[in-house]
Amino acid sequence: MVKSAQKSIEDYLKAVYSLQQNGNKVSTSEISQTLNVAPASVTEMLKKLSEKRYIEYSPYHGTTLTSSGLTIAEKTTRKHRLLERFLHDMLKIDKVQVHSQACEMEHALSDEAEESLCRLLKHPDKCPDDDKIIPACTLPFSNCEECVEMHSKGLEQVGKRQQNLVSICNLKAGTSAKVSFIRGEHRVLQRLLDMGLTPGTPIKVERAAPMKGPVEVCVRGSKVALGQDIAANVFVENTGKMKI
Amino acid sequence: MAGNANVGKSVLFNQLTGSSQIIGNWPGKTVEKAEGTLKFEGEEITAIDLPGIYSFSTFGMEELVSRDYIALEHPDAVINVVDASILERNLFFTLQLIEMDAPLVICLNQVDEAKKKGIVINKEKLEQVLGAPVVPTVGIRGEGIYDLTKTAVAVAKNGCRSGKVQIRYDAEIEERISKLDKEIQAEELGLEYPSRWVAIKLLENDPEIKKLIGSKSGSIVKTADGLASEISSIHNEPCFAVIAAERYSLASSIAKEVQQQQSEVETTFSEKLEWVTTHRMFGYITSAGVIAGLLLWTFSIGGVLSNIFSNALALFSPVDPRFSGSIEGIIWNGVYGGFVAGVTLVIPYVVPFYIMLAMIEDSGFLTRVAFMMDSAMHKIGLHGKALIPMILGYGCNVPAIAACRIMETKRERLLATYVITFAPCAARTIVILGLVAAFVNPWWALALYAIDIALIFVMGRIALKVVPGQSTGLIMEMHSFKIPSLSVVTKQTWIRTKSLIYLVFPLYIIGSAGIQVLYALGVLQFLSNVFTPVTVVWLGLPAIAGVLMILGLIRKELTLLGAVAIFGTTDLAPYFTPVQFIVLALVSIIFIPCISTVTILAKDYGWKTAATIATANFVTAILVGGVAFRIITLVI
Ligand SMILES: Nc1nc2c(ncn2[C@@H]2O[C@H](COP(=O)(O)OP(=O)(O)OP(=O)(O)O)[C@@H](O)[C@H]2O)c(=O)[nH]1
Ligand SMILES: [Mg+2]
Repeated sequence: MVKSAQKSIEDYLKAVYSLQQNGNKVSTSEISQTLNVAPASVTEMLKKLSEKRYIEYSPYHGTTLTSSGLTIAEKTTRKHRLLERFLHDMLKIDKVQVHSQACEMEHALSDEAEESLCRLLKHPDKCPDDDKIIPACTLPFSNCEECVEMHSKGLEQVGKRQQNLVSICNLKAGTSAKVSFIRGEHRVLQRLLDMGLTPGTPIKVERAAPMKGPVEVCVRGSKVALGQDIAANVFVENTGKMKI
Repeated sequence: MAGNANVGKSVLFNQLTGSSQIIGNWPGKTVEKAEGTLKFEGEEITAIDLPGIYSFSTFGMEELVSRDYIALEHPDAVINVVDASILERNLFFTLQLIEMDAPLVICLNQVDEAKKKGIVINKEKLEQVLGAPVVPTVGIRGEGIYDLTKTAVAVAKNGCRSGKVQIRYDAEIEERISKLDKEIQAEELGLEYPSRWVAIKLLENDPEIKKLIGSKSGSIVKTADGLASEISSIHNEPCFAVIAAERYSLASSIAKEVQQQQSEVETTFSEKLEWVTTHRMFGYITSAGVIAGLLLWTFSIGGVLSNIFSNALALFSPVDPRFSGSIEGIIWNGVYGGFVAGVTLVIPYVVPFYIMLAMIEDSGFLTRVAFMMDSAMHKIGLHGKALIPMILGYGCNVPAIAACRIMETKRERLLATYVITFAPCAARTIVILGLVAAFVNPWWALALYAIDIALIFVMGRIALKVVPGQSTGLIMEMHSFKIPSLSVVTKQTWIRTKSLIYLVFPLYIIGSAGIQVLYALGVLQFLSNVFTPVTVVWLGLPAIAGVLMILGLIRKELTLLGAVAIFGTTDLAPYFTPVQFIVLALVSIIFIPCISTVTILAKDYGWKTAATIATANFVTAILVGGVAFRIITLVI
């Protein structure tokens, strides 16, 4: 059954994701405890996941997510926690029960439904049962207000919005990539285009200032600093050089 | 002079006309067009320095000023200053000038920088491609200025460009441009702008042009909208983006054709500086270090120079104010006292400060500070660029407020301006030094700075609550570090000092004489008594402080100068307690900005805003002063 295979992949990645929150590599026994699965089956599954390049796995050192594994894990975790909020806030289901319910529902929730749910719930940031942070959506928005704004005001955008995009905020310093999609107010877009950030242009992320500061990119031989809000809306194709 | 920001237009303009435009290594210094004249081979030529812009389409004031000047005033020649080390980006603007049919001369400036980066540009080829003469120059050394003038004069005499190179877009766009162009020509609207340019602007959905054409012929706008949506559905992209991308691909191919990148140059000094100044830790340390260094340097050098000057003057004739005797005697004494104060207070402190400031400005350091501090500045509703005028505000609030134009929206300009009125300018520094550092101790002087900076932050937060709204994000070009050019630094220092001397010396001399006369007549004593409830009761100051503060309205240093004039000595220690020195300095630095600042506030934002700001500052000063008096009394 394809469906259940996908479901268990998502569950594993989600488990690794929540276990690696403190920065350590995740051991097989931790996963086995969390998912309530025998260690042997865990090892087998980890091998499979590592073949698919969702995780980096070495038997004695533990497991970490790759950037594509992270994307799936965040997405699933996000759906899970949004659903928890929905069950708790809207349907008034008891705190202790929302987790298991959400675990079942998360795999069936479409991305579109996730987006609407997020807006409906007015962009919650914590889940109800254990107060964990809900991961940010993968939609190319820098913050929730923008998501609402984009819907109400219709911000403009240039370039092609594809699947595998990453904002330049999330790129490591020194990474080169091609601009694929920019969104923002008309004035901002026009300015960026005038400064040479047209779709398809190769750019290089020079550095980012600490504390969510601006990102400096090199474009067409000149260096331009873009504030976090703007940089978050400049997307390039994901070549896997994310900073985590 | 037209071109991108920070390419060296003002350097060249100053060289040509001997004017004194602001120069520095950060984008957006020139905010208004400036005019100057030069004589060349017996002819008088008027030159115009325009603000730096990246395109004609972003609708800030700078773009409109430049666009309307070039299109409507029909200059005889337009010198397009181009930064040779960033050719591609600069050509994007050049292409728009060509579309505008401007009689162009390309000034390939900063060829020295380009050479350092290993970029060599084939001048002949560029001339051929653009159909306009190209003159390589090094603005800061004056190289190529003669050639530039000669070429510009020749272009002006021979009328429009000879070659008539046309910028050609892709077929599907070109077809629609010429269709619209023909329609515009057919309607004979009597436009000042070239018709093809208008066609392109309409397709780009330029609001100003659309309004203009819309008022003459609705059908053209309709056609344009139709054509634009055709283009955008072909490319699946808004039309303005398609055109910008096309223009850039042209610029890029021209740049590739004419320039040669020689082998990668090794890590340069400037890149190392870059690393340090933007490092997540060293960056803040260097930022703070440079600002603190600027102040410390000013204090220490200033102190030494001030001593030397006053000793030298004392040899000549000691200051010895008199309040009795003939009126001439009193006036003469006042005049001399004012002169001495000018020489011993202004020159020694302000000149070293200006030298250092010019070096910082010309090095490119300011954009790095703006970069590092962007997220902190968001806390007061501004972005990093606002820090540049704030640092300039340490010199003088007036030019700093003018520099606030680099902020994109009116609201942000106002917020930045407001916090700048609290920035401790050179005059306030003199008050802090003359009252606190001299008679209490230097640490209290530094503490006053710290209080002032904290206050800037608090007032910024409050102002943000008063004028809420969305803040824009930072988009700022970061130019590479440069070793400050000696000629630029000396010139900048001289320009600033000169205007200060013209302003300050007469004021000091007249002011000081006036104060002594009024004192002798008893007017000041009367005024002081009126203000005693505030000055004596609330702030714990001697009654005379009321008068000193009123004097500070004219220029902040007059507070200090007034004390010197009234007490007749530069040794003020017997007349105030340490707490009083500190409170007086604190109140006078915060309370109402000086007359020149209020004037520029009124000019830029209207009298109502100016009055509001002044009142807010006044109230803050009195409140903070009273509280400080009570706290400091406990501490000392
Ligand atoms: N190395 C080098 N530096 C130059 C040259 N010309 C100008 N500069 C530097 O470039 C910087 C900018 O010069 P400005 O004349 O102020 O630039 P601008 O084009 O007027 O800038 P805005 O008014 O901000 O648009 C200054 O730091 C100058 O010292 C040059 O030929 N060579
Ligand atoms: Mg200038």
